[in-house]
Amino acid sequence: MKDVKVLGPGCKRCVATAEMVRSEADKLGVPVAIEKVTDYAAIARYGIAATPGIVIDGKVVHAGGLPKTEDLARWLAA
Amino acid sequence: MSLGFLTGRVPAVKPSAAKWIAATIATLILWGLVYSQLVSFSEWLVAALPVRPDSSLGAAISFFAYDTPKVLMLLTLVVFAMGVVRSFFSPEQTRTLLAGKREGVGNVLAAGLGILTPFCSCSAVPLFIGFVSAGVPLGVTFSFLIAAPMVNEVALGLLFALVGWKVALTYLGFGLGVAIVSGWTIGRLHLEHWLEDWVRNLRTAAVELSPERLTAVDRIKAGIEALQEIVGKVWPWIIAGIAVGAFIHGFVPASLLATIMGRGAWWSVPAAVLVGIPMYSNAAGIIPIIQALITKGAALGTVLAFMMSVIALSLPEMIILRKVLTIRLIAVFIGVVGTGILAVGFLFNALFQ
Repeated sequence: MKDVKVLGPGCKRCVATAEMVRSEADKLGVPVAIEKVTDYAAIARYGIAATPGIVIDGKVVHAGGLPKTEDLARWLAA
Repeated sequence: MSLGFLTGRVPAVKPSAAKWIAATIATLILWGLVYSQLVSFSEWLVAALPVRPDSSLGAAISFFAYDTPKVLMLLTLVVFAMGVVRSFFSPEQTRTLLAGKREGVGNVLAAGLGILTPFCSCSAVPLFIGFVSAGVPLGVTFSFLIAAPMVNEVALGLLFALVGWKVALTYLGFGLGVAIVSGWTIGRLHLEHWLEDWVRNLRTAAVELSPERLTAVDRIKAGIEALQEIVGKVWPWIIAGIAVGAFIHGFVPASLLATIMGRGAWWSVPAAVLVGIPMYSNAAGIIPIIQALITKGAALGTVLAFMMSVIALSLPEMIILRKVLTIRLIAVFIGVVGTGILAVGFLFNALFQ
């Protein structure tokens, strides 16, 4: 089970990012637990400067804007 | 679009890259051809309508028919180009560049990067915290946050399209100036203790993201995304703005505006700044109106001070920033930036007669 956190205050793109992670994980058959982190202080502690951000198993892999599907697949497969 | 098509680790195949680049160049050439025909198009349109070209209505219609495609086309070009340029920058890289920079140099750099770094307004708070907590000085962070919305590609593109390159360049210079000086001033005041406590106590290590490698095709796509996102959203406002502008152009007497907003009335600059604060609009909606105001004798500095105030000092943004800044710090922010805009208004009025 991969632990995925989507960092963002709840804007449209953050929601879209979480949905992209979900659908890509389903497509690849990777089991994931997705958690949305919306608290500003908690987001800041991950050290990113732009939202939405993606953290997979404790490692920040993406920050700012929607991720690319190819990248998502690569991160989830790793 | 190969969305969802898993290409593995191979970034892009050569022939498709060549196709993308060829298509981009072809589109740019087509753009140039269409653009060069705009004047004849608007003349043809007004001639085809049953209105006299020298009447008020005729003037309004030809203004609208010429300006709408011209503005939208120039905006498309500028936004696309900025989308491509911005794909070379990211907020995280900008933060690394700015962290620990001395004030002065840092403020200049921050204002410049404010234009080039991709940045969405819903990211303002995470960005602010991310910068300050990773050691970017407060004043330098403010320089970035002031420059980013004020000197943007929409404002510059529209000013260039409607009032000319001289005014656009001067706006760029003065906008950067306001961001640099305001940020520097806020830094000199040492107001770190006016941040909300939890922000001040937060210390984080800036994260190192493995850079996402982008190909030429990715950058062209970034430009197209910027187009969809910005032009796709603002075009109704621009058309509405030009329609209002066309009305002013055709029907409002020049002497009226020259009295209220002309260079003779010194108080009009502070009045414009005050009126601008509670208003919230992007540059797109107000610039076409601004252009019509200028052609009718309103002073350029007054009009630009109004525009800067609407864009850079907006109430909704203050409310968002209230989460990280105390009221006192927000008041200082408004005071310092407002003073800078006032100075720009008076200077512009003195320079462009």
